[in-house]
Amino acid sequence: MSTRLAPFARRVLSRRIPLGARSVQTVNIEADSTRLASQPGEPSQPFTVTLNENSFRGYRTETPGLDVSVTKENLIEWFQQMTLMRKMEQAAGALYQAKLIRGFCHLAVGQEAVSVGFHSSMEKDDKLITSYRCHPFAVLRGGTVKGVLAELLGRQDGMSHGKGGSMHIFTPTFFGGNGIVGAQVPLGAGIAFADKYMGKKTVTFALYGDGASNQGQVFESFNMAKLWNLPCVFVCENNKYGMGTSAERSSSNTEYYTRGDLIPGIQANGMDIIAVHQAVKHAREWALADKGPLLLEFVTYRYGGHSMSDPGTTYRTREEVQRMRSTQDPIKGLQKYIEEWGLASEEELKEIDKKAKQEVDAAVEEAKQSAEPQLKDLWTDIYYAGTEPATMRGREREEVHHY
Amino acid sequence: MGHTAIAEIQFSDYIYPAFDQIVNEAAKIRYRSGGQFNVGGLTIRTPSMAVGHGGLYHSQSPEGFFLAASGLKVVIPRSPIQAKGLLLASIRDPNPVIFMEPKILYRSSVEQVPVSDYTLPLSKIETLIPGSDLTLLSYGTPLYTCETALSLLSSPPPELDNEKMIPKGVRSAKVELIDLRTILPWDMEGVIESVNRTGRLVIVHEAGKMGGVGAEIAAEVQKRCFLRLEAPVKRVCGWDTPVGLQYEKFYIPDAVRVVDALVETLKF
Repeated sequence: MSTRLAPFARRVLSRRIPLGARSVQTVNIEADSTRLASQPGEPSQPFTVTLNENSFRGYRTETPGLDVSVTKENLIEWFQQMTLMRKMEQAAGALYQAKLIRGFCHLAVGQEAVSVGFHSSMEKDDKLITSYRCHPFAVLRGGTVKGVLAELLGRQDGMSHGKGGSMHIFTPTFFGGNGIVGAQVPLGAGIAFADKYMGKKTVTFALYGDGASNQGQVFESFNMAKLWNLPCVFVCENNKYGMGTSAERSSSNTEYYTRGDLIPGIQANGMDIIAVHQAVKHAREWALADKGPLLLEFVTYRYGGHSMSDPGTTYRTREEVQRMRSTQDPIKGLQKYIEEWGLASEEELKEIDKKAKQEVDAAVEEAKQSAEPQLKDLWTDIYYAGTEPATMRGREREEVHHY
Repeated sequence: MGHTAIAEIQFSDYIYPAFDQIVNEAAKIRYRSGGQFNVGGLTIRTPSMAVGHGGLYHSQSPEGFFLAASGLKVVIPRSPIQAKGLLLASIRDPNPVIFMEPKILYRSSVEQVPVSDYTLPLSKIETLIPGSDLTLLSYGTPLYTCETALSLLSSPPPELDNEKMIPKGVRSAKVELIDLRTILPWDMEGVIESVNRTGRLVIVHEAGKMGGVGAEIAAEVQKRCFLRLEAPVKRVCGWDTPVGLQYEKFYIPDAVRVVDALVETLKF
């Protein structure tokens, strides 16, 4: 559509289908509406909390139970991890602003309840694959803050030795971010297929965003996963905006948990980590019980732009971002639980916050100290060692590298 | 995972929707994960080239699109014996391989294939006819066209038997016929060695000339054999048009076009 015609078309369109008038009800996304149901005791002793009754919505399935068993140790660990993830992402943002990180950088600030909540309900051998917004998952699934930051800086100590950068970080159970919108979803179905084929009792979580949900290959993956009854949980991290566009402007159906046709779905609060923990636990049990794939949608919110080149304020108001930060922040929500339920004092949490900052600061320094990749590695890992062509063009005097 | 996946795409014309998975995932996973992951020696079999009446979406030769996908191998056999040996080698190769099987040869190429286990080397040309005056390089179906062209050259039928079309002086030329077999990474050393001996190169393939395999080979050969070349490198390819159904026979290089290129290059 040409720009000259665009305003006219929009006027016509808005007269016919007013975007705002289509009110889509979603789950409650408050970060702090879980209530205590039994009194906490010793740090490792489980106690029960009750989630807000609107934490989940189901499509062709029951929703997870609202009573969740947690321990003080759980909540403190989650707070520590969420804080660490936010500091790491903020450090990455600062390194990018300082022009030390080049290329692409997608931060997950505001979405910490999702990554940490996931990790809290996953077993060691479960697999996870996600989009470019991948840094927290890489750390939680076996990586390190230094490994991620060094990769962003393009250094040898990076988790892919500087060859990947932001979207290409892996651990034995984490199959990376991905630079192509939606491309990780079929890979996730493939990982689930491989594990099922090998007789492994594991679950694969394939994550994507609301923007990617309209990709054709996502639906192709849904079909095969359902057809072959794969232990794959498809997870839409709905942060309400794709790159420069709201979900309402890109998706004919923004209830992403209902888009799997025969695949049942659950929409869940992605801002309250206890709800995330419960939803993932439920989904994991579902897949292990050989019930086939499940769609899981987390309604969440990103504070920053889509990537560093997107200010994130051209398609939503600053007030909206500010309102989310001040009223529905997942870390503040968990902090409120911990304090109100008498699990730790404000001072103790401040100490955790301070330690997380120190850890990230140290990781930043170590990552900066790491050496640039070696020239010889420009040519390694292209073909399996010993099966390369005799030569490959590259930055040598003759512009040809001899293997 | 320790297993090998052998996939099939029914026609290579249908490979385009999988382009992202092949080029961005299969070819790059080893590199982008710093050596942590691989695709377990994936091999993709897919019928390629013209079938005689396939038209736009069933007679294409997409091998050229994969030339820049480092990490990937592309292999095209010319016959049943070659197909078995090269396919086993492709499956056992720890890199992802696209194995393109010329469609029309399924029904026309017959050989007694050994039942025993054997492989043929990847990234190695095979010299089918040794020669010293010109290197004729091809792969897949057009190799048979080249054979026909060589017989037209040495003993032209009455319609071509005149000095203007095929001069007597070139009829006894010793043309070296080479099967490239692996398109990526191609056997540069083998091709260069041959052209340095003969001083002339004609490349024949069904895919269009623009951005095709021949373009890459011609560029390397002119750089590496510059002082040995007696004539410009000549390419005989499909036209740079879609493969229109009724035009298919005109689209693919035929023996007359090849013999014409041989004469032009030998006389240069």
